[in-house]
Amino acid sequence: MPERPLFLERASFRRRRLGDAARILPVLAMILMLVPVWWMPASISFATGAVWFFGLWAALIAGVFALHRALLRAEAIAIRAAEVDPDAL
Amino acid sequence: MPFEALLATCLCYVALMFGVAYAADRAAAAGHVRWLDHPLVYTLSLSVYCSAWTFYGAVGYASRSGLEFATIYLGPTIVFTGAWWGLRRLVRVARMHHVTSVADLISARFGKSNRLAAIVTLIAVIASTPYIALQLQSVRLSFELFATSRPDEGGALGGTAMWVAGGLALFTILFGTRNLAADERHHGVVTAIALEALVKLVAFLALGVFVVWGLADGPVDVLRRVGDAAQDPRFADGWVLRPDRWTALILVSGAAILTLPRMFQVMVVEAADEDRLHVAGWAFPAYLFAMSFFVLPIAVMGAEILPEGANPDLYVLTLPAAAGQDMLALLVFLGGFSAATSMVVVCAIAVATMVSNHWLVPGWLALRRIPAGEGTDDLRGFVLNARRIAILAIMAAGWTYHQASGGAAALATMGLVAFTGMAQVLPAMLGGLLWRGANRKGAYAGICTGFALWMALIFLPSVGMGGDLPVPAGVDPWTAAVALSLALNTAAFIGVSIFGFPDPVERLQGLSFVSAVEPIRHSRMARGDDRAEPLLAMARRVWGTDAALRYFQAEAQAQGKSGYLPDLTPRFLTALERRLAGSIGSATAHAMIDRVAGGVALTVADLLQVADEAQRAKEETQRLEAARAELARTARQLREVNDKLTALSIQKDAFLGQISHELRTPMTSVKAFSEILKDPSITPEERSRFAQIIHTEAGRLTRILDDLLDLSVLEGGRAQLTVTAANLHDLITRALAAASATRPERSFVIDRDLPAEHLGVITDADRLLQVLINVIGNARKYCDAPHPAMRIRVRRPEAGGAVIDVVDNGSGIDAGRQSLIFEKFSRLNDPAKAGGAGLGLAICKEIMAALGGSISYLPGQGGAAFRVVLPARPPGQAG
Repeated sequence: MPERPLFLERASFRRRRLGDAARILPVLAMILMLVPVWWMPASISFATGAVWFFGLWAALIAGVFALHRALLRAEAIAIRAAEVDPDAL
Repeated sequence: MPFEALLATCLCYVALMFGVAYAADRAAAAGHVRWLDHPLVYTLSLSVYCSAWTFYGAVGYASRSGLEFATIYLGPTIVFTGAWWGLRRLVRVARMHHVTSVADLISARFGKSNRLAAIVTLIAVIASTPYIALQLQSVRLSFELFATSRPDEGGALGGTAMWVAGGLALFTILFGTRNLAADERHHGVVTAIALEALVKLVAFLALGVFVVWGLADGPVDVLRRVGDAAQDPRFADGWVLRPDRWTALILVSGAAILTLPRMFQVMVVEAADEDRLHVAGWAFPAYLFAMSFFVLPIAVMGAEILPEGANPDLYVLTLPAAAGQDMLALLVFLGGFSAATSMVVVCAIAVATMVSNHWLVPGWLALRRIPAGEGTDDLRGFVLNARRIAILAIMAAGWTYHQASGGAAALATMGLVAFTGMAQVLPAMLGGLLWRGANRKGAYAGICTGFALWMALIFLPSVGMGGDLPVPAGVDPWTAAVALSLALNTAAFIGVSIFGFPDPVERLQGLSFVSAVEPIRHSRMARGDDRAEPLLAMARRVWGTDAALRYFQAEAQAQGKSGYLPDLTPRFLTALERRLAGSIGSATAHAMIDRVAGGVALTVADLLQVADEAQRAKEETQRLEAARAELARTARQLREVNDKLTALSIQKDAFLGQISHELRTPMTSVKAFSEILKDPSITPEERSRFAQIIHTEAGRLTRILDDLLDLSVLEGGRAQLTVTAANLHDLITRALAAASATRPERSFVIDRDLPAEHLGVITDADRLLQVLINVIGNARKYCDAPHPAMRIRVRRPEAGGAVIDVVDNGSGIDAGRQSLIFEKFSRLNDPAKAGGAGLGLAICKEIMAALGGSISYLPGQGGAAFRVVLPARPPGQAG
């Protein structure tokens, strides 16, 4: 039975780190949405807040888009590598 | 717009929806699901989240509370940023178990308990009814507002909600209960909803663009007006964000996207696989972003342009109407209509599935008192009818609620009330997916606690019964109620789970849900092949004859059997139960299969057996690996043995050649000289000399034959040993004396350590003497030093016995030939000089082996050196 390798190839390593990023993103999003409101509710309630929240929102959408693309590509590379060499994964 | 025109427009729009749904269902039935399955269609169908409460209510919410409205969309956005690892897993696990609703998910996870599912269904019904009423109300309000002429005051308009409810019920029944497929997917409904989502989006964006660039002077101007709201007495207080409320709202809306029956329906049940979340992960937040982007501008401009006292919840309609944009207003009206209808349809399907699967079907089966699996009636028809009845009942309840509540204010809060109600399911759902220790009793405790608190603190106050939670000043009562109910819910769930012990079915399901592995029914289920037929009969009742036969035949074929009855393997039973669960819910499917297949209650031992299976597979692999290595080792050994045999064969041939040669040489002399002796002319001296030669050669022949005989006896292990006690000193002295006959002309300096030599040994003294004579004789024969010397050392090792070293000062033996000297017929020098057959050392080696000791050549001693090792006792001699 093949043991779990101690070190991964570059592609697998990158895929795992992207996976970590996908886990952190919601936490980061939550922090960025909650902290300003607890910190300075009065000044974030009007125009500043609108710019901040909608800007953050757009950034999150772009971030998820980029992240999912990168993850899909990394997965495709890993699958190809696995097809060439079944032990690579 | 005249009432008739509006009605006609609505009817056209509704007809379009019916047409689209019908076409999509037809295409799906024909197998053309390519674009129906497109991730964008999936994403758009998720927009049922944006109901009329969003479409109309968001602007009203923003007018009253400013940016707080955005929380309803920021919560789902956060959830969707975690789509890759969170939602994908939820969808994968739910698809794996053919889950039909959020109640079914909870029930399947916690040991397929129908009672738990029934409680979740109760919450869903209580939360959904006012929510549906809210949608009906929004349609009615928009109708009232939009229709300029009213043909019949009261009656017709009072009935608008009823007509809408009736039409939606018809649509839902037509497209939501067409079949009882194993995967509860409704292509027609989903496609129609995706189209409605587009209408909603286009309408809202068009209105937003009109407001920002038509009514205001572009985004900068709008932003300035939003900033000015801080000074506006109408907004200043309400718009300031309250952190506690903000947090609670984000939490509750994030929970709602997972637990609301309609969201679960489109996100999980209607998903073909989890891959579409790759697109939905960013596209759905983008949809929410687009739907929210113009909310604040519309709220601000509405407050500025429209007269004081206008209902902010209807700004989206009144604003374009006031600006004279009739077509835009109509588009917005259709958008709102879409939002309301899509929500009602999906919600009705989802809740009706729950009601029929967890209330009506189990109740009916229990009432009839016939064992669930038996009977010949058409269960499929009953389930479908149960769903239709449930849909009608839900619509009727929504309409009744709408009529009873009457006022607009009472319904406006129902969106949040529904959110918080379904959020009570979240702890059990998340816990069930992430924590194997979560158990059914914990889920009961959590959900019941949350349900009771929600009823008392949020739902009943919202319908005017009971009062708000008495909280300290400055704390928002709603936030406090949410925090209290969710906290106690979670605490009860975790607390009871920690102290409870789940039953085996639950533990099996827990493993499957938390680790996202395929569940397997335990092997004890598979008893009695005669049960396959009743199972087929049962499946026929649920799926219809053709579908059931097709499935059973395919399964039988997969097992390599012909006909329609597969073996009841655990794998087949698992697959069958899950497919049935896709139609009637996991709890009922489990109960039915248990009845029919004659299942035995699962025990902890069975569980351990399941757990062992993985371990066994692993061990099997390891065993095979070991066997392979063993085989390789054996092959290597065989190869070595073969090589040895080949070598031995060669050696035997060489031995025969050698022995013939050894015997032939003296024989030739004997023959030749006896020939000469026959000649009468030879002198008596010559005769005597020749006779002497013949005698010597005959003696040599005899010696060789003796040696050979001796060797063969020794090699055959048939040597007779006469074991006695002997003194090594005496033996060495005798050996030296006997060996002095060999080349007596050479005088050796003998170096002995006399005191050490006095060692008693138990051995065959004669045989040992033979060895010593041979070794000493060899030294005398071959030592080539000008002043030959011999050193003899004796000592007793720890283990007893004796070690005798005989070392001369000659040039010794080449390293390359040291290994050969104990072989038969090996002579280092020319045979004439040695004067023997070359069997001496070979015999010594055999003798020592027979005595249990050894003789070996010691390299690096400054000459030829032999070590004779004697054991304390010869083998086979008892102490």
